Formats: sequence, C-alpha cells, structure tokens
Amino acid sequence: MKNHSEQVLRHIPGLRRYARALLANPDAAEDLVQETLARALGKLRLWRPGSNMRAWLFTVMHNQFVNDARRYQNRPDRMAEYCGETVSGHASSETLAHLNDIEAALQQLPEAQREVLLLVTLEGLSYTETATVLRIKKGTVMSRLHRAREHLRKVLLEPPATNVKPIRRLQ
Amino acid sequence: MNPEHVSSEELHAYVDNQLDAQRRIEVEAWLATHGDAARQVDDYRALQQRLHRHFDPVLAEHPGTSLPKSRAVFGLNHLLRPAMAILLMLASGLLGWSLKSADDKNVEAVAYTDLVQPAAFAHQVYSSDPNYPVEIPAIRRASLNQWVSKRMHTDLQAPDLAASGFRLIGGRLLPSTNRMAAQFMYEDTQGERLTIYIRRIAADSNSSFEYMDQDNLHIFYWINNFVGYAVVGVQPATRLIAVANAVNRLAR
Repeated sequence: MKNHSEQVLRHIPGLRRYARALLANPDAAEDLVQETLARALGKLRLWRPGSNMRAWLFTVMHNQFVNDARRYQNRPDRMAEYCGETVSGHASSETLAHLNDIEAALQQLPEAQREVLLLVTLEGLSYTETATVLRIKKGTVMSRLHRAREHLRKVLLEPPATNVKPIRRLQ
Repeated sequence: MNPEHVSSEELHAYVDNQLDAQRRIEVEAWLATHGDAARQVDDYRALQQRLHRHFDPVLAEHPGTSLPKSRAVFGLNHLLRPAMAILLMLASGLLGWSLKSADDKNVEAVAYTDLVQPAAFAHQVYSSDPNYPVEIPAIRRASLNQWVSKRMHTDLQAPDLAASGFRLIGGRLLPSTNRMAAQFMYEDTQGERLTIYIRRIAADSNSSFEYMDQDNLHIFYWINNFVGYAVVGVQPATRLIAVANAVNRLAR
C-alpha cells in the first residue's frame, strides 16, 4: 500500500494539468483532481500491481468527470460554471470571454474530443492507452483526435476569414 | 504499407511518435513531396507546443507546500485547498502504513466492521427515508443531545455544521455490531443528506482520518479515545473533509 500511495503522489501534477485543460474553471479542475485522488485512494487495494498506474488514475478521473458532467446536466446554470459549456455542448460566448484563446478553443470542442486530444497531445498517452482509459475503440480515438486537431487548427492557426474577404470583394 | 500512400491516421501517428522506425522514415520521405500534408503536420506540432506552453506551468504548482508544518494530522483546515487536504491525508496515510503492526491491522479490521460498515448501512437505510429519517427532530435538539448522551454514557452533542453548509435534521440511536451507536443527520441547501455516525470502539487508537468509498458513498472515519466517528455522504470529498474537521474539533 505504501508504495502504491507514493506512486499516486507522483502522478498528481499530470492529473492536475489534464484537469485544468479539460475544465475552464480552475476551481472545478481542482475539485476534479481532489475527487479523483479520494476515489483512487479508496480503491487503491483494487489496483493491480504491475499494471499501468498512470492510465488507471486517468481512468478514475475520466469516470469522475463523466459522473460530474451527468450530475450537472440537469442544471444548465451549474453546468456552465462547471466546464464553461451550456447543455447544448457548446460554450457560450459569455463564458468564453474571460478565457485565453487556447482555453476558449478547447472549450468549444465536445467533451469526448477534448479528452482524447488532451490525453494524447498533452499527457502523451499512446492511442491504445487512451482507448483503454476512455473505454472506446482505437479507431474512435483516431477520428476524435483528427476532428479535435482540425478544429483547433482552424480556430487558432488560420487567419480570420473576415480580414481577407472584404479586400477581395473590392477588387 | 504502401510508401506511396500515407493515410490521415498515419499523419497523426507520425506527429505522436507512434509509428515504427521504418514507417517513420517512409512518411518523412513522403512529406517532403506533399506540401499540404507537411503543413498539416507542422500545424499539429505547433498546436501541441502551444498546449504545453500554456498548461505545463500547472505541473510546477505545489498546493501542499504552503501548509503550516505545525498542523498535525487533525489540523486539516476547511479553508485549505482540497488538494492540500488530500496531500496531507496521503502523507499521514503513508506514515500510518509504514508503521503498521499486527495491532494496527486489528484496529483497521475493527474500524471496518464496527464503524465503516454499520455507518454506511445506517446512512443508506435512514437518509433515504422520506417520512421518518430521524427519531428526534432538530427542533428538540436539547432532548436529542440529552437522550443520546445518556444512552451512550458519554457527553454527545449534535455538532453545528452551519458553517459547512449543513442543517441538522435530527438524530437517532441505533444498535450497532455489539454496542449502541448514534446517528446525526444533516441536509445541505440542495437537500442532499449527510450522516455522522458515532459509537464506542473496542480499540485504543487515535487514528488519522481514513477514507473509504462504498456503494457510491464517501466515508471519512477516525477513532479518538475509544470513540469512532464516521462522516457519510454522497457529497464531494472536499465538503466531507470540512465536516469531518468540524466534527473532530468539536469532539475534542
């Protein structure tokens, strides 16, 4: 048990980074980390030594995230507070106003795509690990990753179309 | 795999270093003659760098370090950030585990059968009862305290948890595994209930806060001078820690 707890401690920074990127609200992110740790500690004796502790902790966090999101779905007001999204799944412009552009772009992604993108690109999980954590097929990981990247690319890297079009029309 | 054709999936796998060495070289060669795909790869990498630049500083945050050192295990303060509390819990847990002897293991077993299990069960039975969740309601608080104290042969008061956002509903006495137990029930503004279960424990141990998840319930429990306490609820562990703290402060 002692070694296992120490292992949990080692992974806290990564869990915190992931939670912060997943949720627009830093307090909600901290609560998610905290709940995840509490759950993981409660279930530590169920963890199989030799298996991937990091992936297991992200699995616990994913389950907690899904539970929380479900709980907030009946309360649109709380949902927006929780992850910057309205019930329709799209972030409201009001919620996004105070976010940095990369945070805002992330919040525009559906949760399922956001999770895949962050596990792969920020936390460096393999496609197979990501599929296991989220309990989805590897093919689904790939398609969500593709859509998420293309969205961010469009929003963050392409020059806004409005700056170009009026000039063309003048010609 | 065809070196002349690189799929969209392979482009991602290339960016994420998930291709084998041979295919990696082939994809690199292919990219040299396919400008659009090369730009796509560059963009994906740029996005990845931006994500890391923006979120990596979080890795260096140590919410646990600002904790005053003089605070003992029971000094968990509800004003502390939740992660600090968890770190502290973990730290105390580590110490506990490393010093564990046969006696301690016995205490652990006793705490589970005589405290955690009956507390969780009593919570499930009574907190969901729409009509008679408690035997003596909060308006007769004085009688409740008096009755419980008398039957438990110790001075017991239902703690005031208003500061943690919980209103007392009332309480009851219960037969536990081999002793009497008291259950106080509270409700938050959302109507979610929480119970505090208190009983004598035949093990002299001043244990640190322990945590357990059982059937969707969060349970914080500890033993102090032969008395066991369990705080049980579905609320986030953060809130339960605050309650456990308040209860422990009042009980000492």
